[in-house]
Amino acid sequence: MSVIVILLLPLLAAALVCFPGKRHWAAGVTVVSCLTILVLAARVAWLVSAGDSVTTVLQAGMLKWIAVDGLSALIPLLIALVGSTAAIFSVGYMAHKNPEPRKLLLYYANYNLFIFSMLAIPVMAEPTLVWIVVELTTLCSALLVSFENTPEALEAAWKYVVLSLMGAAMALFGFLVLFAAMQAAGGGIYTWKGLVAAAPSMPPVLLQTAFLMILIGLGTKAGLVPMHTWLPDAHSQAPSPVCALLSGVETTAILYVILRLFPVMKAAPNSHAETWALVLGLISVGTAAFLLLQVRDYKRMFAFSTVEHMGIILAAAGLGASAAGYGTMQQIVSHSITKSFCFFAAGAALLTVGTREIAAVRGLIRKSPVASAALIFGGLGITGSPPLAVFLSEFSILKAGLNQRHYLATGLLAVFIVIAFFGVMLHINRMVFGAWDQEDAAPTNEHSSGAKEDKLPFSCRLALLLAAVPVLLLGIYIPKPLQDLLTLAANALTK
Amino acid sequence: MSETTNQLLDNLNALAAGLILLTAFGIVAMRQIRGCLNLFIVQSLLLAASAALLGLRHQSEHLYGVALVNVLSKPVIVPWLLRKTSPAEIYTRREIDQVLNIPTSLLIALALAILSYFLAMPLLNSVGPDFRGPNVPVGIAGLLLGAFTLTVRREAVPLLIGLLVMENGAFLTGISISRNLPLLVELAIATDGLIIVFIMGVLTRAVQKHTGTTAVGTLASLKEAAPEPTTNEATR
Repeated sequence: MSVIVILLLPLLAAALVCFPGKRHWAAGVTVVSCLTILVLAARVAWLVSAGDSVTTVLQAGMLKWIAVDGLSALIPLLIALVGSTAAIFSVGYMAHKNPEPRKLLLYYANYNLFIFSMLAIPVMAEPTLVWIVVELTTLCSALLVSFENTPEALEAAWKYVVLSLMGAAMALFGFLVLFAAMQAAGGGIYTWKGLVAAAPSMPPVLLQTAFLMILIGLGTKAGLVPMHTWLPDAHSQAPSPVCALLSGVETTAILYVILRLFPVMKAAPNSHAETWALVLGLISVGTAAFLLLQVRDYKRMFAFSTVEHMGIILAAAGLGASAAGYGTMQQIVSHSITKSFCFFAAGAALLTVGTREIAAVRGLIRKSPVASAALIFGGLGITGSPPLAVFLSEFSILKAGLNQRHYLATGLLAVFIVIAFFGVMLHINRMVFGAWDQEDAAPTNEHSSGAKEDKLPFSCRLALLLAAVPVLLLGIYIPKPLQDLLTLAANALTK
Repeated sequence: MSETTNQLLDNLNALAAGLILLTAFGIVAMRQIRGCLNLFIVQSLLLAASAALLGLRHQSEHLYGVALVNVLSKPVIVPWLLRKTSPAEIYTRREIDQVLNIPTSLLIALALAILSYFLAMPLLNSVGPDFRGPNVPVGIAGLLLGAFTLTVRREAVPLLIGLLVMENGAFLTGISISRNLPLLVELAIATDGLIIVFIMGVLTRAVQKHTGTTAVGTLASLKEAAPEPTTNEATR
């Protein structure tokens, strides 16, 4: 039952915020709804990891299309976690931006609908329905991306919608061909589970075509190179809490759909899904690593880092073994929590200095110690420095790669990760500790505003703190239930 | 049903598919925005006709439902939604500055249509004889021509129509090779098309309000390589 409630809550919240209330009514409703979903998602994940099948409760009628299994149990948890912290961050961010009440209301209504559409991705088990909710994520988030209504934001939103929907149309073709392949193999219920069962007798041509179309189509939305061009625009122009959602969990949820096809492809004889994933993943990591060196906008920097991490996850899934599957799932978790933190840090910096240009921010440590510390923590976290979460997951991926004797791929992956580390830390170091050169006059407000003026709203600090806890915790210790869940997902992915 | 009736229905379906391909070509080349929209409406009606003919041919009530949904949603609700959401003056426009001139675009479109035939061959060979038909190659052509429209057009409405042509293409293939999809799913896909139109209409209005143009293809300020001169001085 929790699964249904998880889907209904954000819809209810979206309806509730439309009623006029006190100043923080909409924000409050959103935060409460997200936190409740977090508790429910944790409960579902707990049930799944304990071996209780959540699917058996829901066999009647249309409900047979709703199921949560080992592979999908993690995703709602991540969405709810990032959704909650981003909702808390939104309170302060929006108070600072101070839009007119009607726009604020639209923001929160869209926010809840966006959360709904993302939660529906892992919960739906019927591939065409999954396609529809993937499409809905684009449509619900389009107006969030264009929220600031600047020409740049509108351009970013337009590119985002057109390219994502173009990819989605190709993916729709893929899903329809997949259905045809299933009919040709003798039918059955069109769900992820049914697909794995029918895969051995599917015509290989249909299966391969479907896989490639879906990989390209949804890869566009997940930001895989060379279909990534919209991603740095959209993920940098949206308000920071929305960026955290887009980069942290939306891309992950889309990648999850692609990963869903791996067990199907593995069940079929001589499919080359893993080779495709490895090559496409490595191309993404490599391109993003070099693009990271020359960014001029710190939010774009984190957006390119998302492209890099999507590549790492896909390449890890392409390595194949069960250990690599574990690394893949671990990387999904650590990327989500760390990247959302990074965008909160970028949002904090943006609120303090009011510009996205890396070149226009120097000596941030004197102006805002909180934002500076957050940027450094986020930068170190996302580039995989010990003892933070991404370090552990990247380490287990590289280890699995070496064990699998993928020496070239693992070597390339390691080199690209190091390049990305230098790219990100170089920029952050300049922003935080860099001094103005003599010939450049420092902006006057830096001198006049005093040494320690820090105007960061309380809720932003709270969100930063809450988001930092799992990043640090999962770098040191992975709790047993989470470990069970990761193993379960890894087995589902690689068997 | 008798052999001759089946033959007739197959031929009619082939005719509808051929006309759909023709409308897709028209959308690539048509300059008037109003004309583009009309061609899209004709294409959607033809898609509905194809679904109805296939439904008659294979005795599938389910495909009648698909045909009905298509008749209602695309030719009626899409233009209405567009009128509601986006500025009225975009209809009266003529698009002068396409990325490629019209003869070149049409030649490339022709090449894409031929390519789609070759792409469809292996797919057709691996489905049952009942599922074969002209829908698959024409559907793939719709997908490719829609994508091509997206790359050469700059005005908001033709771009939107390009997206919908892609979706029509995928759908046209779908009604032929995967015609037993649950009706609920088909309904959801149709609704989804309407949400696309609504959101893009709202975006178009916002773009026009804040930048003064609906030629969204010309917006290109977000780039990695081209720095603004002011920031360049501040860097070093």
